[in-house]
Amino acid sequence: MLDDFFTRALLAGVGLALVAGPLGCFVVWRRMAYFGDTMAHSALLGVALSLVMEINLMAGVFLVATLASLALLFLERRGSLSTDALLGILSHSTLALGLVMVAFMTWVRVDLMGFLFGDILAVSKLDIAFIYGGGAIVLALLVLLWRPLLAATVNTDIARAEGLNPERSRVIFMLLMAAVIAIAMKIVGILLITSLLIIPAATARRFSSGPEMMAVLASAIGALAVLGGLFGSLEFDTPSGPSIVVAALVLFLLSLIPSPLAKTPDRATENRP
Amino acid sequence: MLKKHTPPEHGSSETLVEMHNAGVFRAGRWLVRGVDLTVKRGEIVTLIGPNGSGKSTTAKTAIGVMQPTEGHVHRLKKLRIGYVPQKVSLDWTLPLNVERLMTLTAPASQAEIRTALEAAGVGHLAGRQVAALSGGEFQRSLLARALLRKPDLLVLDEPVQGVDFTGEVALYELIRDIRDRTGCGILMISHDLHIVMADTDTVICLNGHVCCRGAPQSVMESPEYNRLFGARAAQSLAVYSHHHDHTHLADGRVRHADGTITEHCHPEDGHHHGDHDHHTGGEEKPDAR
Repeated sequence: MLDDFFTRALLAGVGLALVAGPLGCFVVWRRMAYFGDTMAHSALLGVALSLVMEINLMAGVFLVATLASLALLFLERRGSLSTDALLGILSHSTLALGLVMVAFMTWVRVDLMGFLFGDILAVSKLDIAFIYGGGAIVLALLVLLWRPLLAATVNTDIARAEGLNPERSRVIFMLLMAAVIAIAMKIVGILLITSLLIIPAATARRFSSGPEMMAVLASAIGALAVLGGLFGSLEFDTPSGPSIVVAALVLFLLSLIPSPLAKTPDRATENRP
Repeated sequence: MLKKHTPPEHGSSETLVEMHNAGVFRAGRWLVRGVDLTVKRGEIVTLIGPNGSGKSTTAKTAIGVMQPTEGHVHRLKKLRIGYVPQKVSLDWTLPLNVERLMTLTAPASQAEIRTALEAAGVGHLAGRQVAALSGGEFQRSLLARALLRKPDLLVLDEPVQGVDFTGEVALYELIRDIRDRTGCGILMISHDLHIVMADTDTVICLNGHVCCRGAPQSVMESPEYNRLFGARAAQSLAVYSHHHDHTHLADGRVRHADGTITEHCHPEDGHHHGDHDHHTGGEEKPDAR
């Protein structure tokens, strides 16, 4: 069954969507969309460095994305520029550095488009093993850390006063993000990774009454977008990564249509006696 | 009737938190300096002071949310803290109902959640989305959440903000009730410079340092205030008259009771003998009420 490239693509995409859903919820709740983008853009630098040092691509991307987030934390502490400006600097300079380095590497053939926009149809059995192995670890850690992460998202001071450790949660959350970026790179590509984190979570919001429900729904909606996008890409011969994002967008737009299923907080309370 | 200035009857009134000459230096200036403060079990301590006087900083330092730059803070080992911060802004993207808010930092049983919500008078709101609550409902929900932890020390940063006068009196009654029932210590920040909760044992007035401290006077002892606030409110409110021995001038210098003017005020300079000078800031007129 795994010998069919399309089945492998489906498995890989769904696996990624399951992990991206809950993590994407935190990205939305913590308003870290641009931050996620910055980490994702640094992935190309990770690719270039792994090619130079001849190490595993996913490992290289994970390392560089982690370093980028740590660099941001450090620069934030120094407090000379706003986070927004720092993100802008880090995001595009790491991407540009990666592009320049790759251009210098005339001795390796690099499929730049594949890295930027994903090459899900070239997913290998080893990639699937990485996605499900890494994904299981990320999800397990997320379940373990759910309470401190959520508490720190609602209010850092409450979390700290009541004995949880928001700083530690934040660092671990960044490591999880780096891990997801590393496994997502091949599927949707560096430029589109954050969309798979944010769009399903944003779609899930309207149908959720609690944070846990939103996380599970975001996974399901992400998986649906992967299925829709891949079948669409097969049908219309479109690139797979962007097709998945377009499918996610269609689901998001559909969710905006008023329906009795969708409960905004206001309506939910109005319905009470 | 209220039991003012009677020693708390709960336990041995052990010291929960103690600050010695604590100061916090951030971003090039002292937010607060030279704070001595003690909260014992069953005791209510209220911090007052103008905006930016270091009230929230002092409370956060007392519970370990901020670290003191100088001085010492001692907390009882394994002190359970319930904290209601000054401002909790929830992003709409995070769906959260009141019941889920209750287990934010620690798990709790359904029965415990219901008891805490009932105690805070918001039992009927369990299923409501937090984003749809009114100011008073939200404050009470946050209070219920802090209560649920069965804290040794309850820290309330402006608990009556965004609550109307009747709501304020009711909230103070609730806070007194909590203290009486659980015997916890309470460190509270008041948004008002002169009116504090009647059951406050010690009022500490801050203005970058401890300006003065003392016990409030019951409103009930004054027929005038009694008439002004109404009988029920008078039981919950007390008046704190400031006895400052120095005045903060507009240019940042300090005028002392003996008329001398210095660049800074030092805690050891003429402490509490002359009560001539009161605040001179526009909002700080003790006799205007």
